[in-house]
Amino acid sequence: MSDDATPTGADPKPTDADRTQDPSHETQNELERSEAHDLEIVEVREGSFGVHGTGDTTGFGGLRRPVIMPGAATPPFGGWYDDVAQRLAAGDGLTDAIEKVVIDRGEITFFIRREQLAATARHLRDDPQLRFEFCASVSGVHFPNETGRELHVLYELTSMTHNRHIRLEVVAPDADPHIPSVVPTYPTADWHEREVWDMFGVVFDGHPALTRILMPDDWPGHPQRKDYPLGGIPVEFKGGTIDPPDERRSYS
Amino acid sequence: MTIHDDPYAGTTETPEGPVFNVTGQDWDTIDVEGIEGDHLVVNMGPQHPSTHGVLRLILEIDGEQILGARAGIGYLHTGIEKNMEYRTWTQGVTFCTRMDYVAPFFNEAVYCAAVEKLLGITDDIPERAQIIRVMMLELNRVSSHLVAIATGGMELGALTVMTCGFRDREIILNLFETITGLRMNHAYIRPGGVALDLPEGALDQLRDSVALLRKRLPEYAALCNANPIFMGRLKNVGHLDLAGCLALGVTGPPLRATGYDWDLRKKRPYFGYETYDFEVITREEPDAYGRFRIRLDEMAESLKIVEQCIDRLAATEGQPVMVADRKIAWPSQLSVGADGQGNSPEHIRHIMGESMEALIHHFKLVTEGFRVPAGQAYVEIESPKGVIGCHAVSDGGTRPYRAHFRDPSFVNLQSVSAMCEGGMLSDVIVAVASVDPVMGGVDR
Repeated sequence: MSDDATPTGADPKPTDADRTQDPSHETQNELERSEAHDLEIVEVREGSFGVHGTGDTTGFGGLRRPVIMPGAATPPFGGWYDDVAQRLAAGDGLTDAIEKVVIDRGEITFFIRREQLAATARHLRDDPQLRFEFCASVSGVHFPNETGRELHVLYELTSMTHNRHIRLEVVAPDADPHIPSVVPTYPTADWHEREVWDMFGVVFDGHPALTRILMPDDWPGHPQRKDYPLGGIPVEFKGGTIDPPDERRSYS
Repeated sequence: MTIHDDPYAGTTETPEGPVFNVTGQDWDTIDVEGIEGDHLVVNMGPQHPSTHGVLRLILEIDGEQILGARAGIGYLHTGIEKNMEYRTWTQGVTFCTRMDYVAPFFNEAVYCAAVEKLLGITDDIPERAQIIRVMMLELNRVSSHLVAIATGGMELGALTVMTCGFRDREIILNLFETITGLRMNHAYIRPGGVALDLPEGALDQLRDSVALLRKRLPEYAALCNANPIFMGRLKNVGHLDLAGCLALGVTGPPLRATGYDWDLRKKRPYFGYETYDFEVITREEPDAYGRFRIRLDEMAESLKIVEQCIDRLAATEGQPVMVADRKIAWPSQLSVGADGQGNSPEHIRHIMGESMEALIHHFKLVTEGFRVPAGQAYVEIESPKGVIGCHAVSDGGTRPYRAHFRDPSFVNLQSVSAMCEGGMLSDVIVAVASVDPVMGGVDR
C-alpha cells in the first residue's frame, strides 16, 4: 500500500476498461490485456449462471470467459525489484531458482522452483542486502485446472531492514504434493504450514510436526481444495432440495 | 458410565515408563508407590475462563513449573475463508468481520483494502471515507486494548480493572452503534468506502465520548502502573526479546515492547495515516508489564488521532463516502432507524417508484456483484494485536477465488510456548493474556 516502497512505472494500473461490468464485453477486454502484458490463461469457463448446452435460449450458454492471470515480466523490473532479483539469483546454487517473475498491482512475485525453496528462503533471510527477516504469512491456493501445477503455496516475506515486501510462489502437482518446509529458516511458518497442510493437503518435507491444526485430527479431506465436496443439507420444499453452494447457479 | 469404562483412563506402558491417565475423580486408583518423577500433562482448556475463549494449552508440568507448553487450536474454526468463496466480494465483509470479533473493523478494513487493490481503486476512495475508516479503526484499537487490559486484569484477580475496562469499552460500543447501527460485526467498511455516512449528532457524541475517555484512561495508569501486586505478577513474565519476536513472527505490542518501533501506520502508511500526528509507543521491557504499558499509551495516541479525525469530519461534511464509480459503489443507501439498520426510505422510493433503470442497477449489483480483474493482492495493516494481512485472489469473477487472512492472534499465539516454558503455572495465564489472542481470529 505504501507508495514510497513501490518503484514507479512497475505497476500497470488497471484502466476503466478492465473494470467493465457487462459480462459480454469481458472476454474481449481480457484478451486485449493479455496481448499487452503477456498474461497467462489458467482456465476457460463456459456458459453463465448455470446455463450449459442445448435448450439454452438465453445465449448465456455460448459465453466463453478465459481466466487470465498476470503473466511473466521481463527485466528490467524497475527500482529495487531488480536489485532483489539479481541478488537472489546470485545466491549459492540459486542461479536457476527463479522460474519466473510476475509484477502486478505494485507487488512482485517470484515463482521459485520447489526443490530450491529452502535454500532460497535461507539466502533471502541472511543476505545483508536482502534481509527478508520476517515471514508474514504462508497460504495456499488450489487451481484444479492448471494441470501439473494445481497447488500453489505463497510466502509473504517482509524486509523490515529495507522496508520491502515480496512474495514467493511455489507450485506442486496434485499427484506429488510435496514442498520443502521453511520452518528451519522461519520458525513462524510452523503453524502456517500446518494450516496449508490441513486445508490443501500440501506435504511440507522437513516440518517438525506436520499435523492438522484447525480441523479435527481425524478429519477426512482438505477443505480449502476446490474439489472438496461441500455437501449440502437437503431442505425439502414441495419435493425440491437446495444444492450445495458449489453446485448452485452462479455468475462466476 | 463408571470411570472403569472410560477408554481414556487406565495405565499405558511407554518406552519412558508407565503413563497413568486420569480423567477426573479417579486419582485414588493410581498406586503412587514406587513411581519415580511426577511429570504431569495437563489440559488447560479448551473450557477455561482465563484462556480467552476456547484455547487449549497442553502443559507438561513438574509441580508448578512448566516443562513444556503447546497450544491446541481449532475449536472455533468456522470456515470463514471457504465461505467467502461462495459469496460476492461485498458480502465477504460480512463474513470476515466475525473473525477477530474484538477488533472487527480491522478485519473489514484489511479485506476491503485488498479488494480495492485488486480493483485498482486504492487512490479513488473519497477522503471522507478514509477519515471515517481511520476514526473507526482507532476507536476500535482503544476498545480492543481495553478488552485486553480488562480480561488480563480479571485473570489476575484484579476485578476492578475488568469492570473499568468494560465500562469504558461500552462508551465506544455506543459510538459504533450510533454510527453503524451495530455494536459488533458491523460490515460497515465496504469495498469502495463505507456503508453509510455519519448520522446527525454523531460528531457531538464523538467529542463528548473522547473527552470522557480522556478523563478515564489515566485511571488505569493510577490503579496499575505502580501497583506492587500488579508489577509483581507482570514484570519479567512472558519474556520474549526482539530476535524471538522476529523468528516467531510476533508483531504488535509484544514486538514494540522490545524497543523496535515497527508500526505499519508509520512504516507503510495506508488510509492517509501519514497525515495524522501521533507517536509510535515503544518500551525496552519485553515482558507482560511492558506490553500492558504499551497498550495503555497507545490508547492515548489513538484518541489523539480520533480528535484529528473529528475536526476533519466537521470540515468535510456532505462529501461522498463511497467511490464515484457506480459500477462498484453499493447502490443501496442504508440508514439507521429507530428499529435498527435498514435501507433508507428515499432509496426504496427511488428504485420502486421512480426509476426502472435504478432498480435494475440495484438488482444487478446486489445479486451479481461487481467483477474483479484476475490476479492476487496482499495487504497488511496494523491491528491492535499486530500485523493483520489479507491475501485475496480473483479469477475475474464476482466472488473471491480465495481469501486468506494472516491473523496476528494466530501467529502471536505460537510464541506462548517460548514465553511459558521454564516458568510457573500461574505465569502461563499472564503470558497468554499479554499476547491478547482472540480465538475467533486464530481459528477463523
